[in-house]
Amino acid sequence: MTGRLSALPAFAVAAVLGAAAVAAQIQRDRSFHTDQPAEQVLYLQSPEVARRLALSYDLLAADVYWIRALQVFGGARKATEQDRNYALLYPMLDMATGLDPYFNIAYRFGAIFLSEPKPGGPGRPDLAEKLLIKGLQAQPTKWQYMQDIGFVRFWAMRDYKGAAEWFEKGSKVPGAAWFLKPLAATTLAQGGHRSASRTLFRILAETGENDWIQKDAARRLRQLDAMDTLDELRRVLGSYRQRGGAMPVTWESLARAGYLRGIPVDPDGFVYSLGPWSGDVGLGDGSTLAPLPKEPPPSSVAPAAGS
Amino acid sequence: MSVVSLPTVLRIAANVFKESVRDKVLYSIVLFAVLIISASLLLGQLTAGQEVKIIKDLGLSAISLFGHFIAIFIGIGLVSKEVERRSIYALLAKPMSRTELLLGKFFGLVATLAVNVAVMTAALVVVLAVYAWLTPADLRASWESSATDPAIVVVAGMILAELAVVTAIAILFSTFTSPVLAAAFTVGLVIAGQFGADLKNFEQVVESAPVAWMARGLYYVLPNLAPFDVKSQYVHAQSIPAGYVALTTGYAALYVAALLTLAALFFSRRDFK
Repeated sequence: MTGRLSALPAFAVAAVLGAAAVAAQIQRDRSFHTDQPAEQVLYLQSPEVARRLALSYDLLAADVYWIRALQVFGGARKATEQDRNYALLYPMLDMATGLDPYFNIAYRFGAIFLSEPKPGGPGRPDLAEKLLIKGLQAQPTKWQYMQDIGFVRFWAMRDYKGAAEWFEKGSKVPGAAWFLKPLAATTLAQGGHRSASRTLFRILAETGENDWIQKDAARRLRQLDAMDTLDELRRVLGSYRQRGGAMPVTWESLARAGYLRGIPVDPDGFVYSLGPWSGDVGLGDGSTLAPLPKEPPPSSVAPAAGS
Repeated sequence: MSVVSLPTVLRIAANVFKESVRDKVLYSIVLFAVLIISASLLLGQLTAGQEVKIIKDLGLSAISLFGHFIAIFIGIGLVSKEVERRSIYALLAKPMSRTELLLGKFFGLVATLAVNVAVMTAALVVVLAVYAWLTPADLRASWESSATDPAIVVVAGMILAELAVVTAIAILFSTFTSPVLAAAFTVGLVIAGQFGADLKNFEQVVESAPVAWMARGLYYVLPNLAPFDVKSQYVHAQSIPAGYVALTTGYAALYVAALLTLAALFFSRRDFK
């Protein structure tokens, strides 16, 4: 006996044992549910400590935190309302940008994520602004961050004066985009008017330096289109009721009566919802445009230029 | 001290390089290629618009990490393996000095690392170029830096300079202590080398002046490895001044020379009986 194993039987035995181990694992997971995902935990709280621990691999560590932030955001967006939790989103973004202070996209996308309104998003425009200001501390001439703070102020905080100030500040940075100056003026003059929002997002959809930012602006434009359509549908319903239209009302009955050309769908193809007795209209279930932004009451809106 | 013969050093270096190839050290390149290609395929699913940055970060970090492993563990083995296998007696009986042997070992491993770093960098550039080629021009325009930015050569050069310092540290420790202790000391110094800025500015966190001076002294004595890391500048398309590169590389050359001089001293006095 030489003590040397034959290759083929050894491989066969190893394969059989490995397969048996996998089978045992599957059986254990099924019986004891040990495969539940671990609760999201942020082991390190301080970007400075993380940067030291990462040695010279801080950029890679920043990428890991960025991917985790994306997972937190994506996971929470998909979760049901009671399970939705964005608690770790800002800390993850803070870590990513602390490890890599020039992580452009983490600031810009992070601000978009944080300023998404509740109940779908975290509804934290204050943290979005804080993140962008942190970015400006690393790169004080980054006019894109000033533009983004302007958007956060405008869209999520409804602070038109503040938004105009940030657009104005950004326009003064050498090399800033041409549209910031007129944007500041439009924002100040038209405030909460939908036309001002449309101007803002049309500019971003056409000039946004990143595909994702352009797509987000295009989505917001579709939200504005949906809001216009909803206003029109409310007007049609009002007219239907005034003329003594029968209740309960459905889109089909309105179409049959000649008020509509067909079943109305939002720009993403979802049928608008209609309360048959109340006549309330809104985005349909599962619409990718939900939630629509809240608009300020008409009394608080500055008069539109030219009106 | 005897005069060092360059041909002898080069012959030993060539042998160390061949031995590294025989020891399958360059297999790390294959592992690297698999890592980068699979990462680039997966990243599109995991990230939002940052694939190129993450491929660069991952690729350069992997080049550095693989290099550190090779520099530390092979570097320590260069001398200690000869002692363990008792082949050191046969080597020292040949017409060469201990200093030549040590220098040959050092340059041989640095050559292995240079090939490793160069091929891995080339593989990274190929993956980035293919990625850029597959990406529509309007998306490419939004990238912070070009996928095929030639500054990657500077980053790779700085990684190699750092690895040369690490190799010299590993060789120094292996000349007077056991492999396990040499590995522990080298890893410790490599980690400490990342905290240069903290040591330099220690007076900001301690009141005691002597402690601050001691920290300042350590800053100058310990290897300062953090400045070799210019990955961030490359990834974010920031300039890496030629003067900075020249001074940092010069520092590496001088520090390596100092370490190898000490290593030669210890090695020349070591008794192998």
